[in-house]
Amino acid sequence: MADNQILIRVCLGTSGKAADGEKVISLFRMHIQRHGLDGSVQKRCVVKKVGCRGLCSRDLLVDVIIDGRQTTYQNVTPSMVERIVQEHLLRGNPIDEWAVKEDYAEFTSRQYKIVLGPCGVIDPENIDDYLKMNGYRALKKALTTMTPEEVIKEVKRSKLRGRGGSGFLTGKKWEICRSQPDKTRYIICNVGEVNRALAEGNPHAIIEGLIIGGYAIGASQGYIFIRERYHLSVERLKKAIKQARERGFLGENLFGTSFNFDITFSFGTEAFICGEETALMECIEGKRAMPRLRPPYPAEKGLWGKPTIINNAETLSNIPIIIGKGSEWFSTIGTEHSKGTKVFTLSGKIKNNGLVEVAMGTSLRTIVFGIGGGIEGNRKLKAIQVGGPSGGLIPYSMIDMGLDYENLQKMGSIIGSGGMVVFDETDCIVSVAKFFMEFLQRESCGKCVPCRLGTTRMLELLTKITEGRATMKDIEALERLSAIMSTSSLCGLGRTAPNPVITSLTHFRDEYLAHIRDKHCPAGVCRALITYTIIEDLCKGCGVCLRKCPAKAITGERKKPHVIDQSLCIKCGICFQSCKFKAIIKE
Amino acid sequence: MEKELNRILSKHQETGGNIISILQDIQETFGYIPEDAVNWFSERLNIPAAKFYGVATFYSHFRLKPRGKNTITICCGAACHIKGSKELLEHVREILSIKEDEDTTEDLKFTIQEATCIGACNIAPVVLINNSVYGNMEKDKLSKLIKGFVDEDEFIGY
Repeated sequence: MADNQILIRVCLGTSGKAADGEKVISLFRMHIQRHGLDGSVQKRCVVKKVGCRGLCSRDLLVDVIIDGRQTTYQNVTPSMVERIVQEHLLRGNPIDEWAVKEDYAEFTSRQYKIVLGPCGVIDPENIDDYLKMNGYRALKKALTTMTPEEVIKEVKRSKLRGRGGSGFLTGKKWEICRSQPDKTRYIICNVGEVNRALAEGNPHAIIEGLIIGGYAIGASQGYIFIRERYHLSVERLKKAIKQARERGFLGENLFGTSFNFDITFSFGTEAFICGEETALMECIEGKRAMPRLRPPYPAEKGLWGKPTIINNAETLSNIPIIIGKGSEWFSTIGTEHSKGTKVFTLSGKIKNNGLVEVAMGTSLRTIVFGIGGGIEGNRKLKAIQVGGPSGGLIPYSMIDMGLDYENLQKMGSIIGSGGMVVFDETDCIVSVAKFFMEFLQRESCGKCVPCRLGTTRMLELLTKITEGRATMKDIEALERLSAIMSTSSLCGLGRTAPNPVITSLTHFRDEYLAHIRDKHCPAGVCRALITYTIIEDLCKGCGVCLRKCPAKAITGERKKPHVIDQSLCIKCGICFQSCKFKAIIKE
Repeated sequence: MEKELNRILSKHQETGGNIISILQDIQETFGYIPEDAVNWFSERLNIPAAKFYGVATFYSHFRLKPRGKNTITICCGAACHIKGSKELLEHVREILSIKEDEDTTEDLKFTIQEATCIGACNIAPVVLINNSVYGNMEKDKLSKLIKGFVDEDEFIGY
């Protein structure tokens, strides 16, 4: 960045937009113009929109950089802009009370950002910003100095594994595809939930990775499969593709070689099953997204029957880095069998909700308590669910485990989509498992019996437990069903669907038993198993609960202790919430 | 209707008719998939109407009934769920008086729908109104937001 410049960076990812980011940007521009700031401080003012920088729970985040000195403001609202302009920009005094505190450094310093590196720094809608960060240089290197085989070899050497699903070696997959006799091949980039921030923050990296992948396997047509609902990602990717085409990174005879490549969009609709490779291809072909029998694998016979590679956006974003910096550098990051980094969306009952990237092998403790800042309200951590709905529930006792493919598999979990949801002591594990099963049951495509019926029966059993109608035999049934589903389902969805149930039965069996034997929900979540009672000594007889009770289950004279008729109580909890004297207890 | 259908048809003629793309275009034009539109395409493309129906009912995104003017989408993914998306959903049903088995107000002003994960878990719970994302949602905030639409028909801020 030039010395004689004031740079203002405003986050305009999905979260930044939701926090009035656009208004803040236009206010900055307006104030700068109104004050004739460029002239009065003899510096050029640049206001830039950037992608997600991670700590979304403090949005809107705004950086002000003057002569290389950076101040980051958190929770910025439109009404704060004028004071920042007046005091910081005009007089050069940063406003300390609005700036991020030490915990922000804690959030960033333990991360290892390579894929997310440019997110939050560059303007995702401006190709020149990406070019300044060595963008498309890896593509040039691959096309002009390497053969496709050499590219594959380099990716193989980096030991990069698919950042989703089963974690197959990317280079190996490419090699299988390249060796097919059929010369028409396709490469598809799947933009899933967690990839969304990448598409919003640094879309060109995805495109560059996709082109290099196309070159390596010998495909001239790439697809970006993305849900229609991810409006901002779609918009930024579309702009990026247009810019890349204008600069000659897409089209015919790229870099003077005989290699042609172009990208088209395929808009998926809401369906979890589309995360499965073969179902995704069915969807692109315009059919019901039901998985195909394998083998043949997509790398042999995929889209329209042609050899096809499907990589997700995070995997592909790693490619320019590997080609640019070399596989040797890349493989210094991570653990023996899991190289590089992984992006997670950290959410749930955690202080610092956000998007994080850590080196493979980083412990859950570092992520939750270091980067995440610990549990909301300083309550106790109960479990962490890694890998989306069909990931496993990891208990607090295993928090020192390093996150990589092997450990997660041992734990009965998957890296999956890269979702990470934190549960605390106020969450009931059985209802959490039930929630995930509800989702999976709804999303099961219905093609194979173990998954279609298995998820339905499991949901029934879990519902029975949360309603206090279950017996010990139901636990056996859950375990039996889990074993059948994980071995005989047609695709990954069915095979991983029992994960939350298996892992919670292993690590939180006591909680299941409490529901079944004692008809008690320890976390006080399952409605059928809780009772509300009024403590006589504390009740002042104010009558608030009596008036608010929708079931008319509360009786009592004014200024005398009230009583709840348990046979009428519907356990809505309104009385519990409305009592000012804390005279109602929930058990 | 005929004019719009012809426009969609001409767009898809050369690609041979990808059912999902056609349905997406129909839905974008009409807000839902009218039965007549499906029959019209079925005749011209020589694809059985049942095939359209099969695809349309597979994806929760497609609607076979008219949609309200504004769509409120409540994300019910894991992160939003534990932050109370269910309560938000019940709340919206209550303030718009939408019954349990329906999803659209009688005056066709609002349609509510659940989304699986929209990928903004870090600002859960999340609500979308039309195409705008609103994070860290609370009942009161949401009421105000919706009120902005009810009064002015178009959102003017809250």
